[in-house]
Amino acid sequence: MTESLAPARSSQKLALNWLGLLPFFLFALAFIIFPSLTLFSGSLFDAQGNLTFTNFLQLNTPLIVDAYQNSIMLSLQTALGGAFFGFLLGYAVVYGNLPRWLRTAIMTFCGLAANFGGVPLAFSIIATVGRTGFLTAFLRDQLGFDIYALGFSIYNPTGLFMAYMYFQLPLMVLIIVPALESLRREWREAAESLGATNWQYWQYVALPILTPTLLGTTILLFGSAFGAYATAQALTGGTLPLITLVIGTQIRGDVLGNPGLGYAMVLGMVVIMAACIAAYSSLQRQAERWLR
Amino acid sequence: MPKRINVFAWFIVILGALFFLLPIYGTLDFSLRARKGELSLLAYERVFSDPLFLQAFFFSVQKALLTIGFSLLLIVPTAYWVNWRLPRWRPVVELVTLMPFVIPAVVLVFGLIRTFSRPPFVMTRSTFTTDILLIAGYMVLTMPYVYRAVDTGLRALDVRTLTEAAQSLGANGPTILWRVIFPNLRGAILSGALITFATVIGELILASFLVRPAFGPYMESMGQNKAYEPAALGILSYALTWASLALIDVFARGNKQVASIR
Repeated sequence: MTESLAPARSSQKLALNWLGLLPFFLFALAFIIFPSLTLFSGSLFDAQGNLTFTNFLQLNTPLIVDAYQNSIMLSLQTALGGAFFGFLLGYAVVYGNLPRWLRTAIMTFCGLAANFGGVPLAFSIIATVGRTGFLTAFLRDQLGFDIYALGFSIYNPTGLFMAYMYFQLPLMVLIIVPALESLRREWREAAESLGATNWQYWQYVALPILTPTLLGTTILLFGSAFGAYATAQALTGGTLPLITLVIGTQIRGDVLGNPGLGYAMVLGMVVIMAACIAAYSSLQRQAERWLR
Repeated sequence: MPKRINVFAWFIVILGALFFLLPIYGTLDFSLRARKGELSLLAYERVFSDPLFLQAFFFSVQKALLTIGFSLLLIVPTAYWVNWRLPRWRPVVELVTLMPFVIPAVVLVFGLIRTFSRPPFVMTRSTFTTDILLIAGYMVLTMPYVYRAVDTGLRALDVRTLTEAAQSLGANGPTILWRVIFPNLRGAILSGALITFATVIGELILASFLVRPAFGPYMESMGQNKAYEPAALGILSYALTWASLALIDVFARGNKQVASIR
Protein backbone atom coordinates (compact mmCIF):
# COMPACT_ATOMS: atom_id res chain seq x y z
CA MET A 1 0.00 0.00 0.00
CA THR A 2 2.71 2.48 1.05
CA GLU A 3 4.78 1.35 -1.91
CA SER A 4 1.94 1.91 -4.35
CA LEU A 5 1.77 5.51 -3.20
CA ALA A 6 5.09 6.28 -4.86
CA PRO A 7 4.56 8.80 -7.68
CA ALA A 8 6.38 6.67 -10.26
CA ARG A 9 3.72 3.98 -9.99
CA SER A 10 0.74 6.30 -10.01
CA SER A 11 -0.41 5.37 -13.50
CA GLN A 12 -0.39 1.70 -12.63
CA LYS A 13 -2.21 2.50 -9.39
CA LEU A 14 -4.87 4.35 -11.35
CA ALA A 15 -5.36 1.35 -13.60
CA LEU A 16 -5.99 -0.86 -10.59
CA ASN A 17 -8.27 1.60 -8.79
CA TRP A 18 -11.42 0.30 -10.41
CA LEU A 19 -10.80 -3.08 -8.75
CA GLY A 20 -12.13 -1.50 -5.54
CA LEU A 21 -15.54 -1.20 -7.16
CA LEU A 22 -15.50 -4.71 -8.59
CA PRO A 23 -17.50 -6.42 -5.80
CA PHE A 24 -20.18 -3.76 -6.03
CA PHE A 25 -20.53 -4.00 -9.79
CA LEU A 26 -20.48 -7.80 -9.71
CA PHE A 27 -23.29 -7.75 -7.16
CA ALA A 28 -25.29 -5.24 -9.20
CA LEU A 29 -24.68 -7.26 -12.36
CA ALA A 30 -25.82 -10.54 -10.79
CA PHE A 31 -28.83 -9.33 -8.83
CA ILE A 32 -30.07 -6.18 -10.58
CA ILE A 33 -28.86 -5.93 -14.16
CA PHE A 34 -28.81 -9.57 -15.21
CA PRO A 35 -32.34 -10.30 -13.85
CA SER A 36 -33.64 -7.17 -15.58
CA LEU A 37 -32.03 -8.25 -18.85
CA THR A 38 -33.58 -11.69 -18.47
CA LEU A 39 -37.03 -10.13 -18.35
CA PHE A 40 -36.18 -7.80 -21.22
CA SER A 41 -34.89 -10.53 -23.49
CA GLY A 42 -37.80 -12.77 -22.49
CA SER A 43 -40.21 -10.16 -23.81
CA LEU A 44 -38.62 -10.35 -27.24
CA PHE A 45 -39.29 -14.07 -27.84
CA ASP A 46 -42.46 -16.04 -28.40
CA ALA A 47 -43.28 -19.43 -26.84
CA GLN A 48 -41.33 -21.24 -29.60
CA GLY A 49 -38.24 -19.13 -29.01
CA ASN A 50 -38.47 -16.97 -32.12
CA LEU A 51 -37.57 -13.30 -32.04
CA THR A 52 -40.79 -11.28 -32.11
CA PHE A 53 -42.52 -8.04 -31.24
CA THR A 54 -45.96 -9.58 -30.95
CA ASN A 55 -45.66 -9.68 -27.14
CA PHE A 56 -45.77 -5.91 -27.09
CA LEU A 57 -48.66 -5.81 -29.55
CA GLN A 58 -50.55 -8.34 -27.42
CA LEU A 59 -50.34 -6.03 -24.42
CA ASN A 60 -53.55 -4.65 -25.88
CA THR A 61 -55.67 -7.34 -24.19
CA PRO A 62 -58.53 -6.39 -21.81
CA LEU A 63 -56.94 -7.83 -18.65
CA ILE A 64 -53.65 -5.99 -19.13
CA VAL A 65 -55.18 -2.72 -20.37
CA ASP A 66 -57.53 -2.84 -17.40
CA ALA A 67 -54.71 -3.46 -14.95
CA TYR A 68 -52.63 -0.61 -16.39
CA GLN A 69 -55.65 1.68 -16.29
CA ASN A 70 -56.49 0.83 -12.68
CA SER A 71 -52.88 1.28 -11.59
CA ILE A 72 -52.45 4.56 -13.42
CA MET A 73 -55.75 5.98 -12.16
CA LEU A 74 -55.08 4.97 -8.56
CA SER A 75 -51.51 6.29 -8.68
CA LEU A 76 -52.59 9.54 -10.29
CA GLN A 77 -55.37 10.14 -7.78
CA THR A 78 -53.27 9.31 -4.74
CA ALA A 79 -50.36 11.36 -6.10
CA LEU A 80 -52.53 14.44 -6.65
CA GLY A 81 -54.41 13.90 -3.38
CA GLY A 82 -51.20 13.31 -1.45
CA ALA A 83 -49.55 16.34 -3.02
CA PHE A 84 -52.54 18.61 -2.33
CA PHE A 85 -53.19 17.61 1.28
CA GLY A 86 -49.47 17.19 1.95
CA PHE A 87 -48.91 20.74 0.73
CA LEU A 88 -51.67 22.03 3.04
CA LEU A 89 -50.19 20.21 6.02
CA GLY A 90 -46.69 21.36 5.09
CA TYR A 91 -47.96 24.93 4.78
CA ALA A 92 -49.57 24.66 8.22
CA VAL A 93 -46.31 23.33 9.68
CA VAL A 94 -44.15 26.11 8.21
CA TYR A 95 -46.47 29.14 8.39
CA GLY A 96 -49.04 28.15 11.00
CA ASN A 97 -47.25 29.46 14.10
CA LEU A 98 -47.75 26.05 15.62
CA PRO A 99 -46.01 25.23 18.90
CA ARG A 100 -42.54 23.84 18.37
CA TRP A 101 -43.30 20.44 19.95
CA LEU A 102 -46.24 19.95 17.58
CA ARG A 103 -44.13 20.74 14.51
CA THR A 104 -41.46 18.29 15.64
CA ALA A 105 -44.13 15.68 16.38
CA ILE A 106 -45.69 16.11 12.93
CA MET A 107 -42.36 15.86 11.13
CA THR A 108 -41.28 12.80 13.12
CA PHE A 109 -44.62 11.14 12.51
CA CYS A 110 -44.39 11.85 8.78
CA GLY A 111 -40.91 10.31 8.71
CA LEU A 112 -42.41 7.19 10.23
CA ALA A 113 -45.63 7.08 8.23
CA ALA A 114 -43.87 7.60 4.88
CA ASN A 115 -42.11 4.28 5.51
CA PHE A 116 -45.36 2.59 6.36
CA GLY A 117 -47.39 0.46 4.11
CA GLY A 118 -47.62 -3.18 3.42
CA VAL A 119 -49.60 -5.72 5.36
CA PRO A 120 -49.91 -3.92 8.74
CA LEU A 121 -51.36 -0.84 7.04
CA ALA A 122 -53.98 -3.03 5.39
CA PHE A 123 -54.86 -4.49 8.80
CA SER A 124 -55.33 -1.00 10.21
CA ILE A 125 -57.61 0.05 7.38
CA ILE A 126 -59.69 -3.10 7.83
CA ALA A 127 -59.94 -2.59 11.61
CA THR A 128 -61.02 1.02 11.11
CA VAL A 129 -63.22 1.27 8.04
CA GLY A 130 -63.75 -2.39 7.17
CA ARG A 131 -67.29 -3.74 7.38
CA THR A 132 -66.88 -4.38 11.10
CA GLY A 133 -64.35 -1.60 11.65
CA PHE A 134 -64.82 0.70 14.59
CA LEU A 135 -65.25 3.90 12.56
CA THR A 136 -67.77 2.22 10.26
CA ALA A 137 -69.73 1.05 13.30
CA PHE A 138 -69.45 4.42 15.03
CA LEU A 139 -70.65 6.38 12.00
CA ARG A 140 -73.51 3.96 11.40
CA ASP A 141 -74.73 3.46 14.97
CA GLN A 142 -74.13 6.93 16.42
CA LEU A 143 -74.61 9.18 13.42
CA GLY A 144 -76.80 7.03 11.20
CA PHE A 145 -74.31 7.37 8.39
CA ASP A 146 -73.58 4.10 6.58
CA ILE A 147 -70.45 4.60 4.47
CA TYR A 148 -70.91 1.23 2.77
CA ALA A 149 -74.36 2.26 1.60
CA LEU A 150 -72.70 5.31 0.04
CA GLY A 151 -70.39 3.19 -2.12
CA PHE A 152 -67.29 3.17 0.05
CA SER A 153 -65.57 -0.17 0.41
CA ILE A 154 -62.07 -1.25 1.36
CA TYR A 155 -62.22 -3.68 -1.56
CA ASN A 156 -62.67 -1.05 -4.25
CA PRO A 157 -60.51 1.93 -5.30
CA THR A 158 -61.98 4.24 -2.61
CA GLY A 159 -60.54 2.02 0.14
CA LEU A 160 -57.20 1.71 -1.63
CA PHE A 161 -57.14 5.48 -2.10
CA MET A 162 -57.47 5.96 1.63
CA ALA A 163 -54.82 3.35 2.39
CA TYR A 164 -52.33 4.82 -0.10
CA MET A 165 -52.89 8.34 1.23
CA TYR A 166 -51.53 7.06 4.51
CA PHE A 167 -48.02 6.95 3.05
CA GLN A 168 -48.38 9.42 0.15
CA LEU A 169 -49.35 12.44 2.25
CA PRO A 170 -46.44 12.15 4.72
CA LEU A 171 -43.98 11.68 1.85
CA MET A 172 -45.19 14.98 0.39
CA VAL A 173 -44.84 16.73 3.76
CA LEU A 174 -41.28 15.43 4.15
CA ILE A 175 -40.26 16.91 0.80
CA ILE A 176 -42.29 20.12 0.76
CA VAL A 177 -41.46 21.39 4.26
CA PRO A 178 -37.73 21.83 3.57
CA ALA A 179 -38.65 23.51 0.27
CA LEU A 180 -41.04 25.93 1.97
CA GLU A 181 -38.47 26.63 4.65
CA SER A 182 -35.85 27.53 2.08
CA LEU A 183 -38.03 30.24 0.52
CA ARG A 184 -36.01 33.26 1.59
CA ARG A 185 -37.52 35.89 3.78
CA GLU A 186 -35.90 38.53 1.53
CA TRP A 187 -38.03 37.42 -1.40
CA ARG A 188 -41.20 38.06 0.52
CA GLU A 189 -39.86 41.38 1.82
CA ALA A 190 -38.86 42.43 -1.67
CA ALA A 191 -42.29 41.55 -3.00
CA GLU A 192 -44.02 43.38 -0.16
CA SER A 193 -41.87 46.48 -0.57
CA LEU A 194 -43.01 46.58 -4.19
CA GLY A 195 -46.59 46.55 -2.92
CA ALA A 196 -47.47 42.90 -3.45
CA THR A 197 -50.24 41.37 -1.40
CA ASN A 198 -49.77 38.00 0.25
CA TRP A 199 -51.72 36.38 -2.58
CA GLN A 200 -49.62 38.11 -5.25
CA TYR A 201 -46.44 37.02 -3.49
CA TRP A 202 -47.58 33.39 -3.69
CA GLN A 203 -48.85 33.70 -7.24
CA TYR A 204 -45.86 35.45 -8.78
CA VAL A 205 -42.92 34.54 -6.56
CA ALA A 206 -43.32 31.55 -4.27
CA LEU A 207 -45.37 29.19 -6.43
CA PRO A 208 -43.25 29.62 -9.58
CA ILE A 209 -40.16 28.83 -7.50
CA LEU A 210 -41.88 25.83 -5.95
CA THR A 211 -43.35 24.52 -9.21
CA PRO A 212 -40.49 22.11 -10.07
CA THR A 213 -40.56 20.74 -6.52
CA LEU A 214 -44.33 20.34 -6.53
CA LEU A 215 -44.34 18.70 -9.95
CA GLY A 216 -41.37 16.48 -9.17
CA THR A 217 -42.79 15.31 -5.88
CA THR A 218 -46.15 14.53 -7.46
CA ILE A 219 -44.35 12.38 -10.01
CA LEU A 220 -42.41 10.67 -7.23
CA LEU A 221 -45.67 9.94 -5.41
CA PHE A 222 -47.09 8.55 -8.63
CA GLY A 223 -44.15 6.17 -8.90
CA SER A 224 -44.38 5.08 -5.29
CA ALA A 225 -48.06 4.19 -5.70
CA PHE A 226 -47.51 2.59 -9.11
CA GLY A 227 -44.95 0.12 -7.76
CA ALA A 228 -46.86 -0.70 -4.56
CA TYR A 229 -47.99 -4.29 -4.14
CA ALA A 230 -48.27 -5.46 -0.53
CA THR A 231 -50.93 -3.02 0.69
CA ALA A 232 -53.26 -3.72 -2.23
CA GLN A 233 -52.68 -7.46 -2.02
CA ALA A 234 -53.40 -7.65 1.72
CA LEU A 235 -56.37 -5.28 1.50
CA THR A 236 -58.23 -6.58 -1.53
CA GLY A 237 -56.81 -10.09 -1.68
CA GLY A 238 -55.96 -9.33 -5.30
CA THR A 239 -59.57 -8.86 -6.41
CA LEU A 240 -58.88 -5.46 -7.99
CA PRO A 241 -56.55 -5.96 -10.95
CA LEU A 242 -53.58 -3.64 -10.51
CA ILE A 243 -50.56 -4.11 -12.72
CA THR A 244 -48.34 -5.24 -9.82
CA LEU A 245 -50.95 -7.80 -8.71
CA VAL A 246 -51.31 -9.17 -12.24
CA ILE A 247 -47.52 -9.52 -12.42
CA GLY A 248 -47.75 -11.41 -9.12
CA THR A 249 -50.25 -13.92 -10.47
CA GLN A 250 -48.17 -14.26 -13.62
CA ILE A 251 -45.15 -15.23 -11.48
CA ARG A 252 -47.11 -17.88 -9.57
CA GLY A 253 -48.44 -19.48 -12.71
CA ASP A 254 -48.53 -18.36 -16.29
CA VAL A 255 -52.10 -16.96 -16.14
CA LEU A 256 -51.67 -15.05 -19.38
CA GLY A 257 -50.83 -18.25 -21.22
CA ASN A 258 -47.73 -16.64 -22.70
CA PRO A 259 -44.58 -16.01 -20.63
CA GLY A 260 -43.35 -13.47 -23.19
CA LEU A 261 -46.46 -11.39 -22.65
CA GLY A 262 -45.76 -11.38 -18.90
CA TYR A 263 -42.26 -10.05 -19.56
CA ALA A 264 -43.60 -7.38 -21.91
CA MET A 265 -46.04 -6.27 -19.21
CA VAL A 266 -43.21 -5.99 -16.69
CA LEU A 267 -41.15 -4.03 -19.18
CA GLY A 268 -43.98 -1.55 -19.69
CA MET A 269 -44.06 -1.03 -15.95
CA VAL A 270 -40.30 -0.48 -15.68
CA VAL A 271 -40.43 2.03 -18.54
CA ILE A 272 -43.10 4.04 -16.70
CA MET A 273 -41.15 3.91 -13.43
CA ALA A 274 -37.93 4.94 -15.19
CA ALA A 275 -39.71 7.88 -16.84
CA CYS A 276 -41.01 8.94 -13.41
CA ILE A 277 -37.59 8.83 -11.76
CA ALA A 278 -35.93 10.62 -14.70
CA ALA A 279 -38.57 13.36 -14.65
CA TYR A 280 -38.26 13.65 -10.90
CA SER A 281 -34.48 14.02 -10.90
CA SER A 282 -34.47 16.56 -13.73
CA LEU A 283 -37.14 18.62 -11.95
CA GLN A 284 -35.13 18.27 -8.74
CA ARG A 285 -32.12 19.80 -10.47
CA GLN A 286 -34.28 22.70 -11.66
CA ALA A 287 -35.62 23.21 -8.16
CA GLU A 288 -32.07 23.42 -6.80
CA ARG A 289 -31.40 26.55 -8.85
CA TRP A 290 -33.45 28.52 -6.32
CA LEU A 291 -33.87 26.29 -3.30
CA ARG A 292 -30.76 25.15 -1.52
CA MET B 1 -48.53 36.30 10.49
CA PRO B 2 -52.23 37.14 10.50
CA LYS B 3 -54.37 35.24 12.97
CA ARG B 4 -56.56 33.79 10.23
CA ILE B 5 -53.74 31.50 9.16
CA ASN B 6 -53.43 30.14 12.66
CA VAL B 7 -57.02 28.95 12.67
CA PHE B 8 -56.53 27.44 9.24
CA ALA B 9 -53.32 25.70 10.32
CA TRP B 10 -54.92 24.19 13.41
CA PHE B 11 -57.88 23.03 11.34
CA ILE B 12 -55.56 21.24 8.90
CA VAL B 13 -53.45 19.73 11.68
CA ILE B 14 -56.51 18.42 13.55
CA LEU B 15 -57.91 16.96 10.35
CA GLY B 16 -54.55 15.33 9.63
CA ALA B 17 -54.30 14.00 13.18
CA LEU B 18 -57.74 12.41 12.85
CA PHE B 19 -56.84 10.83 9.53
CA PHE B 20 -53.56 9.42 10.82
CA LEU B 21 -54.41 8.52 14.39
CA LEU B 22 -57.87 7.00 13.96
CA PRO B 23 -56.59 3.93 12.05
CA ILE B 24 -53.96 3.33 14.73
CA TYR B 25 -56.56 3.70 17.45
CA GLY B 26 -58.89 1.44 15.47
CA THR B 27 -56.23 -1.24 15.20
CA LEU B 28 -55.42 -1.07 18.90
CA ASP B 29 -59.11 -1.17 19.81
CA PHE B 30 -59.74 -4.11 17.51
CA SER B 31 -56.74 -6.04 18.85
CA LEU B 32 -58.14 -5.83 22.41
CA ARG B 33 -61.61 -7.11 21.58
CA ALA B 34 -60.94 -10.80 20.97
CA ARG B 35 -63.00 -11.67 24.05
CA LYS B 36 -66.61 -10.63 23.55
CA GLY B 37 -67.83 -7.70 25.63
CA GLU B 38 -64.56 -6.80 27.35
CA LEU B 39 -61.07 -5.56 26.65
CA SER B 40 -58.43 -8.27 26.87
CA LEU B 41 -54.99 -9.22 25.62
CA LEU B 42 -56.36 -12.51 24.30
CA ALA B 43 -55.38 -11.77 20.69
CA TYR B 44 -51.80 -11.09 21.78
CA GLU B 45 -51.73 -14.24 23.88
CA ARG B 46 -52.90 -16.24 20.89
CA VAL B 47 -50.27 -14.65 18.66
CA PHE B 48 -47.45 -15.37 21.08
CA SER B 49 -48.55 -18.93 21.69
CA ASP B 50 -48.56 -19.69 17.96
CA PRO B 51 -45.31 -21.56 17.25
CA LEU B 52 -45.47 -20.38 13.63
CA PHE B 53 -45.36 -16.77 14.80
CA LEU B 54 -42.06 -17.14 16.64
CA GLN B 55 -40.64 -19.22 13.81
CA ALA B 56 -41.60 -16.64 11.17
CA PHE B 57 -40.49 -13.75 13.33
CA PHE B 58 -37.07 -15.16 14.09
CA PHE B 59 -36.63 -16.23 10.49
CA SER B 60 -37.11 -12.61 9.47
CA VAL B 61 -34.93 -11.22 12.27
CA GLN B 62 -32.13 -13.55 11.23
CA LYS B 63 -32.46 -12.58 7.57
CA ALA B 64 -32.56 -8.91 8.52
CA LEU B 65 -29.32 -9.20 10.49
CA LEU B 66 -27.61 -11.09 7.66
CA THR B 67 -28.82 -8.50 5.16
CA ILE B 68 -27.46 -5.69 7.32
CA GLY B 69 -24.09 -7.42 7.63
CA PHE B 70 -23.61 -8.19 3.95
CA SER B 71 -25.06 -4.86 2.89
CA LEU B 72 -22.56 -2.94 4.99
CA LEU B 73 -19.68 -5.15 3.85
CA LEU B 74 -20.59 -4.30 0.26
CA ILE B 75 -21.66 -0.67 0.53
CA VAL B 76 -19.21 0.86 3.03
CA PRO B 77 -16.01 -0.11 1.15
CA THR B 78 -17.63 0.89 -2.15
CA ALA B 79 -18.76 4.30 -0.92
CA TYR B 80 -15.40 4.81 0.76
CA TRP B 81 -13.55 3.93 -2.41
CA VAL B 82 -15.74 6.26 -4.48
CA ASN B 83 -15.16 9.10 -2.05
CA TRP B 84 -11.46 8.57 -1.75
CA ARG B 85 -10.15 7.26 -5.06
CA LEU B 86 -12.81 7.36 -7.76
CA PRO B 87 -14.99 10.45 -7.35
CA ARG B 88 -15.46 10.41 -11.11
CA TRP B 89 -17.37 7.14 -10.78
CA ARG B 90 -19.78 8.65 -8.32
CA PRO B 91 -22.60 9.26 -10.87
CA VAL B 92 -22.39 5.68 -12.15
CA VAL B 93 -22.44 4.14 -8.68
CA GLU B 94 -25.27 6.44 -7.62
CA LEU B 95 -27.26 5.52 -10.69
CA VAL B 96 -26.90 1.83 -9.87
CA THR B 97 -27.93 2.38 -6.25
CA LEU B 98 -31.04 4.20 -7.46
CA MET B 99 -32.08 1.42 -9.85
CA PRO B 100 -34.13 -0.36 -7.16
CA PHE B 101 -36.42 2.70 -7.19
CA VAL B 102 -37.17 2.01 -10.85
CA ILE B 103 -37.55 -1.74 -10.40
CA PRO B 104 -40.47 -2.44 -8.04
CA ALA B 105 -40.01 -5.39 -5.68
CA VAL B 106 -42.48 -7.53 -7.61
CA VAL B 107 -40.47 -6.99 -10.81
CA LEU B 108 -37.20 -7.67 -9.01
CA VAL B 109 -38.42 -10.99 -7.65
CA PHE B 110 -39.78 -11.91 -11.07
CA GLY B 111 -36.36 -11.29 -12.58
CA LEU B 112 -34.56 -13.16 -9.81
CA ILE B 113 -36.81 -16.20 -10.12
CA ARG B 114 -36.55 -16.34 -13.90
CA THR B 115 -32.79 -15.88 -13.83
CA PHE B 116 -31.90 -18.26 -11.02
CA SER B 117 -34.34 -21.09 -11.54
CA ARG B 118 -32.75 -22.41 -14.71
CA PRO B 119 -29.22 -23.39 -15.72
CA PRO B 120 -26.49 -22.20 -15.50
CA PHE B 121 -27.41 -20.69 -12.12
CA VAL B 122 -29.99 -22.81 -10.32
CA MET B 123 -30.58 -21.33 -6.89
CA THR B 124 -34.27 -21.90 -6.21
CA ARG B 125 -33.96 -25.65 -5.65
CA SER B 126 -32.55 -25.73 -2.12
CA THR B 127 -33.62 -23.58 0.82
CA PHE B 128 -30.04 -22.50 1.48
CA THR B 129 -29.49 -21.01 -1.97
CA THR B 130 -33.01 -19.57 -1.99
CA ASP B 131 -32.15 -17.77 1.23
CA ILE B 132 -29.04 -16.37 -0.44
CA LEU B 133 -31.30 -15.09 -3.19
CA LEU B 134 -33.69 -13.66 -0.60
CA ILE B 135 -30.90 -11.81 1.20
CA ALA B 136 -29.49 -10.52 -2.08
CA GLY B 137 -32.96 -9.25 -2.97
CA TYR B 138 -33.27 -7.50 0.40
CA MET B 139 -29.85 -5.94 -0.18
CA VAL B 140 -31.08 -4.59 -3.51
CA LEU B 141 -34.32 -3.23 -2.04
CA THR B 142 -32.56 -1.37 0.77
CA MET B 143 -29.51 -0.32 -1.27
CA PRO B 144 -30.75 3.23 -2.04
CA TYR B 145 -31.24 3.96 1.66
CA VAL B 146 -28.08 2.31 2.91
CA TYR B 147 -25.88 3.87 0.22
CA ARG B 148 -27.41 7.29 0.79
CA ALA B 149 -26.86 7.07 4.57
CA VAL B 150 -23.26 5.87 4.27
CA ASP B 151 -22.38 8.34 1.52
CA THR B 152 -23.78 11.27 3.51
CA GLY B 153 -21.77 10.12 6.50
CA LEU B 154 -18.58 9.84 4.44
CA ARG B 155 -18.98 13.28 2.90
CA ALA B 156 -19.16 14.78 6.37
CA LEU B 157 -15.74 13.23 7.12
CA ASP B 158 -12.44 14.24 5.64
CA VAL B 159 -11.84 10.83 4.09
CA ARG B 160 -8.56 11.76 2.43
CA THR B 161 -6.92 13.16 5.56
CA LEU B 162 -8.11 10.26 7.71
CA THR B 163 -6.86 7.72 5.19
CA GLU B 164 -3.49 9.37 4.69
CA ALA B 165 -2.99 9.78 8.43
CA ALA B 166 -3.75 6.08 8.93
CA GLN B 167 -1.43 5.12 6.08
CA SER B 168 1.42 7.18 7.48
CA LEU B 169 1.02 5.15 10.66
CA GLY B 170 1.40 1.97 8.59
CA ALA B 171 -2.22 0.83 8.36
CA ASN B 172 -3.31 -1.19 5.34
CA GLY B 173 -6.63 -1.04 3.50
CA PRO B 174 -8.77 -3.38 5.66
CA THR B 175 -7.33 -1.89 8.86
CA ILE B 176 -8.22 1.63 7.71
CA LEU B 177 -11.77 0.56 6.90
CA TRP B 178 -12.26 -1.39 10.08
CA ARG B 179 -10.49 0.84 12.62
CA VAL B 180 -10.84 4.32 11.11
CA ILE B 181 -13.76 4.54 8.68
CA PHE B 182 -16.30 2.23 10.38
CA PRO B 183 -16.01 3.86 13.83
CA ASN B 184 -16.35 7.33 12.33
CA LEU B 185 -19.45 6.28 10.43
CA ARG B 186 -21.20 4.81 13.44
CA GLY B 187 -24.27 7.05 13.13
CA ALA B 188 -24.68 6.59 9.37
CA ILE B 189 -24.16 2.84 9.62
CA LEU B 190 -26.70 2.56 12.39
CA SER B 191 -29.38 4.45 10.52
CA GLY B 192 -28.71 2.36 7.40
CA ALA B 193 -28.93 -0.79 9.51
CA LEU B 194 -32.16 0.23 11.22
CA ILE B 195 -33.95 1.16 8.03
CA THR B 196 -32.85 -2.19 6.59
CA PHE B 197 -34.21 -3.94 9.66
CA ALA B 198 -37.54 -2.10 9.47
CA THR B 199 -37.86 -2.91 5.75
CA VAL B 200 -36.89 -6.58 5.93
CA ILE B 201 -38.92 -7.50 9.01
CA GLY B 202 -42.30 -6.87 7.38
CA GLU B 203 -41.35 -7.46 3.75
CA LEU B 204 -43.97 -9.49 1.89
CA ILE B 205 -43.13 -9.74 -1.79
CA LEU B 206 -39.68 -11.35 -1.95
CA ALA B 207 -40.36 -13.89 0.80
CA SER B 208 -43.80 -14.70 -0.54
CA PHE B 209 -42.72 -15.39 -4.12
CA LEU B 210 -39.55 -17.20 -3.08
CA VAL B 211 -41.82 -19.22 -0.75
CA ARG B 212 -39.83 -18.69 2.44
CA PRO B 213 -41.52 -18.74 5.89
CA ALA B 214 -40.91 -15.08 6.75
CA PHE B 215 -42.91 -12.71 8.93
CA GLY B 216 -44.57 -10.82 6.04
CA PRO B 217 -46.21 -13.89 4.44
CA TYR B 218 -47.15 -15.09 7.93
CA MET B 219 -48.97 -11.82 8.60
CA GLU B 220 -50.70 -12.01 5.25
CA SER B 221 -51.97 -15.53 5.89
CA MET B 222 -53.19 -14.51 9.35
CA GLY B 223 -55.03 -11.62 7.72
CA GLN B 224 -56.87 -14.07 5.50
CA ASN B 225 -57.74 -16.55 8.23
CA LYS B 226 -58.17 -14.72 11.54
CA ALA B 227 -60.10 -11.72 12.82
CA TYR B 228 -58.36 -10.21 15.85
CA GLU B 229 -54.85 -11.58 15.59
CA PRO B 230 -54.01 -9.46 12.52
CA ALA B 231 -54.78 -6.30 14.49
CA ALA B 232 -52.49 -7.48 17.29
CA LEU B 233 -49.78 -8.27 14.72
CA GLY B 234 -50.29 -4.84 13.20
CA ILE B 235 -49.73 -3.15 16.56
CA LEU B 236 -46.66 -5.31 17.23
CA SER B 237 -45.10 -4.51 13.88
CA TYR B 238 -45.87 -0.80 14.27
CA ALA B 239 -44.10 -0.87 17.60
CA LEU B 240 -41.08 -2.55 15.98
CA THR B 241 -40.95 -0.29 12.93
CA TRP B 242 -41.43 2.79 15.03
CA ALA B 243 -38.74 1.81 17.47
CA SER B 244 -36.24 1.34 14.62
CA LEU B 245 -37.24 4.51 12.80
CA ALA B 246 -37.37 6.61 15.97
CA LEU B 247 -33.82 5.48 16.70
CA ILE B 248 -32.81 6.61 13.20
CA ASP B 249 -34.35 9.98 13.93
CA VAL B 250 -32.28 10.27 17.11
CA PHE B 251 -29.09 9.42 15.24
CA ALA B 252 -29.93 11.64 12.27
CA ARG B 253 -30.40 14.55 14.63
CA GLY B 254 -27.09 13.76 16.32
CA ASN B 255 -25.38 13.81 12.92
CA LYS B 256 -26.99 17.08 11.94
CA GLN B 257 -25.68 18.72 15.08
CA VAL B 258 -22.18 17.54 14.29
CA ALA B 259 -22.55 18.79 10.75
CA SER B 260 -23.67 22.23 11.90
CA ILE B 261 -20.69 22.50 14.24
CA ARG B 262 -18.41 21.78 11.31
